[in-house]
Amino acid sequence: MSTTKVSRVLLVFVAFALIAAACGDSEPVDAEGFKFGMILVGPQNDHGWSQAHYEAGQYVAELTGAEMIVQDKVNPSDLPEKTVDQVAADLIALGAELVFATSDDMKDGILLAAEQNPDVPMIWSSGDSAWEDGKAFAGLDNLGNVMGKMEFGKMIAGCAAGLTTQTGSIGYVGPLTNDETQRLVNSAYLGAKYCWETYREETTPLDFAVTWIGFWFNIPGFTLDPTQVSNEFLDSGADVLISGIDTTEALVEAGKRASEGEAVWSVPYDFEGACAEAPDICLGTPYFNWGPAYLEIVNSVVNGDFKAEWQWNGPDWDNLTDNTKTALGWVSGDGLSADASADLDDFIAGLGSGDINLFTGPLNYQDGSVYLADGEEATDFQIWYTEQLLEGITGESASGG
Amino acid sequence: MNFADLWKRSRTGVFAVAMALVVGILLLLVAGANPFEALGVIIDGSLGSTARFGDTLMVWAPLVLAAAGLLITFAAGLWNIGVEGQIVFGAIAASLVAREVSGPTWLIVTLALLAGFAGGGFWAFLAGLLRTYGKVNEIFGGLGLFFVAQALAVYLVLGPWKRPGVASTSGTEPFPRESWLPTLGSTRLSWVAVLVAVIAVLVVFYLLRGTRFGLRLKAVGKNMRSAFLLGIPTGRYMLAAFALGGGLAGLAGAVQATGFHHKLVPSISGGYGFLAILVAMLAGYAARWIAPIAFVFAMLAVGSTLLPLKLGLDSSVGGVLQGVLVLFTILAQGWQARRQNRSDGVAAGPPEPPIVPGEVG
Repeated sequence: MSTTKVSRVLLVFVAFALIAAACGDSEPVDAEGFKFGMILVGPQNDHGWSQAHYEAGQYVAELTGAEMIVQDKVNPSDLPEKTVDQVAADLIALGAELVFATSDDMKDGILLAAEQNPDVPMIWSSGDSAWEDGKAFAGLDNLGNVMGKMEFGKMIAGCAAGLTTQTGSIGYVGPLTNDETQRLVNSAYLGAKYCWETYREETTPLDFAVTWIGFWFNIPGFTLDPTQVSNEFLDSGADVLISGIDTTEALVEAGKRASEGEAVWSVPYDFEGACAEAPDICLGTPYFNWGPAYLEIVNSVVNGDFKAEWQWNGPDWDNLTDNTKTALGWVSGDGLSADASADLDDFIAGLGSGDINLFTGPLNYQDGSVYLADGEEATDFQIWYTEQLLEGITGESASGG
Repeated sequence: MNFADLWKRSRTGVFAVAMALVVGILLLLVAGANPFEALGVIIDGSLGSTARFGDTLMVWAPLVLAAAGLLITFAAGLWNIGVEGQIVFGAIAASLVAREVSGPTWLIVTLALLAGFAGGGFWAFLAGLLRTYGKVNEIFGGLGLFFVAQALAVYLVLGPWKRPGVASTSGTEPFPRESWLPTLGSTRLSWVAVLVAVIAVLVVFYLLRGTRFGLRLKAVGKNMRSAFLLGIPTGRYMLAAFALGGGLAGLAGAVQATGFHHKLVPSISGGYGFLAILVAMLAGYAARWIAPIAFVFAMLAVGSTLLPLKLGLDSSVGGVLQGVLVLFTILAQGWQARRQNRSDGVAAGPPEPPIVPGEVG
């Protein structure tokens, strides 16, 4: 082999290595001319849930050359004249060969769409319709699910709140009540309680309350107003607001109070850049990073080996902000003190190594029934299908009211 | 009717549409879109394929039903602003049937539509009772009842009718498939919805034009005092107008629940009640214009959902265009009322309840 040949081989090898490094596990295919549809429940610039999906779509489009067609604000209030299956049909008619339905709320419509278009691969994000061992397996060969293991993000969020609160009172602005949202409130509570008791060595019980607004974001007349809910929390003594909704009202309201001199903080949700609306009092944000999973799915559809799988992807513990790899991230905010920051790093390291597993019994549900027996570690099934809030949390469980 | 008459009658509508078109074009230019391209997208998006035509008709049907119902209350001189609430209550009643009754589709659908009619009629009747016996203006009574109906829908969706393990305003569990309105082929177009809407328009047309009831109703609407003195039981006529008009609005709700969403969602009315008021106004309260005008609104609503997809426009542009049309309709009405008042030698005041011309239809 001549030296030029060797250097050529080396060059190709290096090139591949660079691409692989840049893009994590999934190498982008060349998908020029390929179109995928993206259905968002809220506006594409909501600084939250919908924007995270939108930017993941942009990420995939940039890497592969595929084209994204987006329909945002798809919900019965904003778009009364179309249902999700009609929007999916529109996207397919415009050439989409893959459709992402990116909200829990789209369950009925995307199941119908997948049934009506058996040849078009679809993804229902945050759902469980493709989980064979789940409770709602639909058996559709063209409908997969993607979700991030946000319980870790919420434990970190809760910990940041527990490390910061002065009043010992934390308010959680919750969306609607279901398995997912109860799972996430429980995670935030466990994180807050752990850090409150372990790092701050507090013995008084933490006051942790959730108010559900009724939907993923504010729909006047149909939901509680998250702005009002945030202010009620702050008025009743909570000094850290954790957001579980798609939009940033909790952070914005806490920011207003802080600018009036109050010592309050907030932890937004969903979107990497969420802190931007009140950076000084933002403790950080857990966020979804859908890009790597969506890239892998686009690759599989282009390559013709798409499988309708249920994915529940975890964080990349080596680097929680490596957006080429991690499915969920955490960025600390300016509101987090240096001391709290050190403790939080310790907590994150413990979660990453597995030394800290907060879903370990004894843990009871709100009604006193046993969730996890002493020493029992929760299975994925037990974590996913969270039927109630945990004992110690003030607020309503779905099965309660 | 000669051309001059026709022009006199329709110029308000023409003026409104023309102004809306001009402002709409300006708005699209500001948004950076080619207005003709946008118009093309709207037309293609609402009529371009069988599926899309079906989608448009599925918006058209509830809009026509609500507008047809409004013609009856307008004829009686009543501002039935509570029409939204009647749609919601009709949808709730139809949902009850769709959820609870099992049997063949024809039976469930028939019962659900009847329940929708009864529900909407009942809800309007309440507004009527408040008006006739409580001296509560039907605008306020209707609005209040609308909020009650909406709250009831939210309560049902979050409470007794919630999905297992879920409390979300996103809606109930979908109805069993037997309760869905039958559709044509694989489209979403329900011939039942369209048929019901067509029948409603014909019934209202005939009722107001060719029946004793209709004539007397219009007499009540034009001058209640004189009608009363002439021996017409005005209170009873008003209640009947509420019940019938509300019933048609309730049918719109039943169609929304069983034919469109296939479940109860809190925003089940889709705002079609308020839109229907505009349709009725633009139609000059004439039944024969309801169907085409509602179709234009339905086209705009359905077609403009493709503006963000095809032209990259913000998804709210469609709503803005619709809003512009609505605004100019109201402005044109006000302008007309003002002119009329001037020529009558009366100072411009709040608009009178609409008066239906002698030969409606």
